[in-house]
Amino acid sequence: MTTFIQQLINGLSVGSIYALIALGYTMVYGIIKLINFAHGDVFMAGAFVAYFSYTGLHLGFFGSLVVSMAACAVLGVVIERFAYRPLRKSTRIAALITAIGVSLFLENAGIITVGAQARGYPNMLPDTAFNLGGVTVSTKQIGIIALTVVMMVILQYIVHRTKIGKAMRAVAYDPEAAQLMGIDVDRTISFTFAIGSALAAAAGVVYGAYYSAIDPLMGIMPGLKAFIAAVLGGIGIIPGAMVGGLVLGLIETLVQSLGFSLWRDAVAFALLILILLIKPEGLFGKHAREKV
Amino acid sequence: MPLLEMDRVTCVFGGLRAVSGVSLHLNQGELVGLIGPNGAGKTTIFNLLTGVYAPSEGRIQFDGESLVGRAPWRINKAGIARTFQNIRLFSDMTVLDNVKIAYHNHVRHGVFSSILRLPNHFRGEREIEDKAMAFLSIFHLEGKKDEMAKNLPYGEQRRLEIARALATQPRLLLLDEPAAGMNPQETRELMELIRFIRERFSLTILLIEHDMSLVMGICERIYVLDHGTVIAQGTPEEIRSNPKVIEAYLGEVTS
Repeated sequence: MTTFIQQLINGLSVGSIYALIALGYTMVYGIIKLINFAHGDVFMAGAFVAYFSYTGLHLGFFGSLVVSMAACAVLGVVIERFAYRPLRKSTRIAALITAIGVSLFLENAGIITVGAQARGYPNMLPDTAFNLGGVTVSTKQIGIIALTVVMMVILQYIVHRTKIGKAMRAVAYDPEAAQLMGIDVDRTISFTFAIGSALAAAAGVVYGAYYSAIDPLMGIMPGLKAFIAAVLGGIGIIPGAMVGGLVLGLIETLVQSLGFSLWRDAVAFALLILILLIKPEGLFGKHAREKV
Repeated sequence: MPLLEMDRVTCVFGGLRAVSGVSLHLNQGELVGLIGPNGAGKTTIFNLLTGVYAPSEGRIQFDGESLVGRAPWRINKAGIARTFQNIRLFSDMTVLDNVKIAYHNHVRHGVFSSILRLPNHFRGEREIEDKAMAFLSIFHLEGKKDEMAKNLPYGEQRRLEIARALATQPRLLLLDEPAAGMNPQETRELMELIRFIRERFSLTILLIEHDMSLVMGICERIYVLDHGTVIAQGTPEEIRSNPKVIEAYLGEVTS
């Protein structure tokens, strides 16, 4: 039983990271129907910005987190403005290929500027482990889960209670009707990229703190996993991404704790294939209706 | 000077001239009908006026300023709002939110003051809420404010579309077949409603409609469109007796 709870907590920590990244995937997909494959690399950029803010500028954990989120929000907006917006009226495959191009660009730009070798991540969060009836919980894990919960609450508030959030939902539902109601669609899309990228940056910081090492290609695998999480929950659906991320984290940890560590990634991708075969609209998705 | 003026506007899609050399104008406060057989180009004209399509040729002026090349949301801010032939509400949002979204442009408070819950957030939100409720009550929808838009009966969805368009505070309202699918009783109520909002908000209205009793009953002038060109214009009486119109609707008259 204690092992189970132990793995549950580990799974939630990993799942939190997936969930934070998956939110950006799902929000962007919801609003412009694009799988933004560069999203995992924004996550990588976030980890590096925080690394340099912490070690170079000595901003502390929260300072570095805020700087990194702000920088990635700008990065996301710039990517959308220069890579995706010119293609908004072209085919979806063109935008998708561009997204892969942006992803490769960011990875290689990272290798050129900071070097390909992995760096140790500073210990930003206090790391004391304590024992609760046989279950070891570290302050790091609590910090990660707490941060994720806070981010999600803020996101829910923005999406459901603010003007821009309502504009986002309106544009996601029917961009043409939305702009005829006076909503600036371009600005709304920029804002969506900004929020999604800021969340990815937060995930990057948390990832660095949790795994203690970062490198320019670190975004590839978590990016793919978060994509699976977003599809699992139902792509385009915000609560789906949260749950999908946590579920994927739990499944991976479970597989690992049963002694099949090498199978961890395979299981995640098998899960993707299974969902696409059995329930392609995801756990939270409704059957897609064609809009007439 | 007319409030709205289209001057020899042409709109070509590939080889199809959806709208060809159309000139029309609306004076301040007028209620004008736009009729014609299916595929005559009526909805294309609405899309040109709201900036969804750009004209291939010709000028469109609203209140003395050109609308050509302006983004739809800017045109909406300048004072033109529309409803849709096939209802396009934000179905998964509440009735109240549909109207609130449309009114948002008129209230200034940013996302940060909302997150930080600054006083102007509450002031802004209260203003939006009050205004939105006022629009809903005009259309007798205030009791349904928390329902999902998609769960409303058809006639109420049509009314909500007009409420949402009005909430963007337009001077010119474009109604695309507002009575489509309504029974005669509902159509009569709708006529009253259109008259009422026109007075109340001093609107200029351009109306596409197939229901002749509605068009003839409330429009002061009518334009008849066929194959993308204006084939007739005038008062309802003139239109009724115009041979070209009869021909377009009923086929060639052999006498």
